[in-house]
Amino acid sequence: MSFSELYFNVDHGYLEGLVRGFKGGILKQTDYLNLVQCETLDDLKLHLQSTDYGNFLANEPSPLAVSTIDDKLKEKLVIEFNHLRNHCLEPLATFLDFITYSYMIDNIILLITGTLHQRPITELIPKCHPLGSFEQMEAIHIASTPAELFNAVLVDTPLAPYFIDCISEQDLDEMNIEIIRNTLYKAYLEDFYKFCEELGGATADSMCEALAFEADRRAFIITINSFGTELTKEDRAKLYPRCGKLYPDGLQLLARADDYDQVRNVANCYAEYKELFENAGSNPGEKTLEDKFFEHEVQLMKNSFMMQFQFGVFYAYVKLKEQENRNIVWIAECVAQRHRAKIDSYIPIF
Amino acid sequence: MSGKDRLQVFPSRMAMAIMKARLKGAQKGHSLLKKKADALTLRFRQILKKIIETKMTMGEVMKESAFSLAEAKFTTGDFSHMVIQNVNKAQLKVRSKKDNVAGVLLPIFESFQDGTDSYELTGLSRGGQQIDKLKKNYAKAVQLLIDLASLQTSFVTLDEVIKITNRRVNAIEHVIIPRIERTLSYITSELDEMEREEFYRLKKIQEKKKKIRALEEKRKAALRESGIEMKEAPNILEDDEDADLLFTD
Repeated sequence: MSFSELYFNVDHGYLEGLVRGFKGGILKQTDYLNLVQCETLDDLKLHLQSTDYGNFLANEPSPLAVSTIDDKLKEKLVIEFNHLRNHCLEPLATFLDFITYSYMIDNIILLITGTLHQRPITELIPKCHPLGSFEQMEAIHIASTPAELFNAVLVDTPLAPYFIDCISEQDLDEMNIEIIRNTLYKAYLEDFYKFCEELGGATADSMCEALAFEADRRAFIITINSFGTELTKEDRAKLYPRCGKLYPDGLQLLARADDYDQVRNVANCYAEYKELFENAGSNPGEKTLEDKFFEHEVQLMKNSFMMQFQFGVFYAYVKLKEQENRNIVWIAECVAQRHRAKIDSYIPIF
Repeated sequence: MSGKDRLQVFPSRMAMAIMKARLKGAQKGHSLLKKKADALTLRFRQILKKIIETKMTMGEVMKESAFSLAEAKFTTGDFSHMVIQNVNKAQLKVRSKKDNVAGVLLPIFESFQDGTDSYELTGLSRGGQQIDKLKKNYAKAVQLLIDLASLQTSFVTLDEVIKITNRRVNAIEHVIIPRIERTLSYITSELDEMEREEFYRLKKIQEKKKKIRALEEKRKAALRESGIEMKEAPNILEDDEDADLLFTD
């Protein structure tokens, strides 16, 4: 492994070059300034044409809906991602697969809830995120009970180990679907973290930081959102991913927290999170904690482009692109609803 | 029209008494209906005012709700499918009550919570606060919608009833009462006419009788002069008809 940088370009050089090229297409601050000026969605479309997006909206009929823009943006990301995935070698292939697992979790959760409520599967499939689609997805409808679902379908998916680890069969029946989702996500984050550690080198350096941040963010947000709900403290503690910087002490403290101030006190022990909590507020005009987290994530992702010969750029690219999609959709929504006061609360990337 | 449009009655004292009773009844009914119409109109105006107020706030609240949906989507991603798949029953339900305004039943809609919030944990890992805000905003919007629906239904119902009542009030005021009044005046004028005829007839007969009596006196005086004494008492058993005095000259 010590010479991995030496051989990196043999296997992954082309794709890294490609992804850095894609990165060049991410919208700049000036592009955002132009987009914010738009009066109608058609203006927005026109401005987007002058960016890397080209005429991706060219074939859409004129009364443009925000959801169409959203779909098209997603489609573009998926095409680029699949291009990367199709050309890669191990271990990058596994790495990219790991990225898709998070979408896969969302899809499976959607399908499970749909099945439990007897919705037709054909109605559900188009609603799944295309990055998280998997072969067995169509087959999910043969299962009518959660046990069957697990034995027949989920065993074959890459997510099976996560299910085995954290969820027994009867849980699928009783547990709140959101808890299942978060338990799965926790298992997934920990596994991804382990995988990156094993890869070692610069990949481990950048990815472990990114994943640790993701884990800590989830822990914070879950804690804050669980206040005033029926979620008990024990159940809450089970949802914290144990791979962040908060593990183990911070998570213990979070598990005992009862209100926002206690969470803030926990964050005060960690330099990077202290800063985020300090400037966050829920009053209009101030940035919310979630916005702060988004900004920090963007910063981390940008940093990972500073290093070469590592896989972090792929992860960073997908995350940045997602953020960009959210930004564009946000601006589109603001334009469509003529709600210009908050149009500037998108998260600038470059 | 004015002369002809009256009830078909025989002009007599009794018919006049009946007509007078009817006129009184109609006037009473008119004033009652008028009061009802006024009460309804009052309520109608109130409702109209409330509708305008609600519609004004509706715009604001709806805008805010739609925007908070955008906000929630910004932080959480697309969560709508998740929520849609999870729905099994309505959490907010509406029941209708009746309200009585001057004898008109107005439906009033009332909303109530049924069961607990089943999506409490949606957005647990991300955007929970935005979703919470979103829920609150839309709850407010739905509440307003229900209020508005209630007001609108009352509005329509009241409108209908007010129209009917007004029509009745106007009908009584402008058709029924004048007709009865015309009938009354017709009866009075007929009766007067009859009285005058009677009086005239009386006078005429008196005059004629006077004339006949004078002639008789003259004849008797002439006979007495000529020496013929007539002493006769009228035979009361004699059966001869009274001649028609009125039309003989």
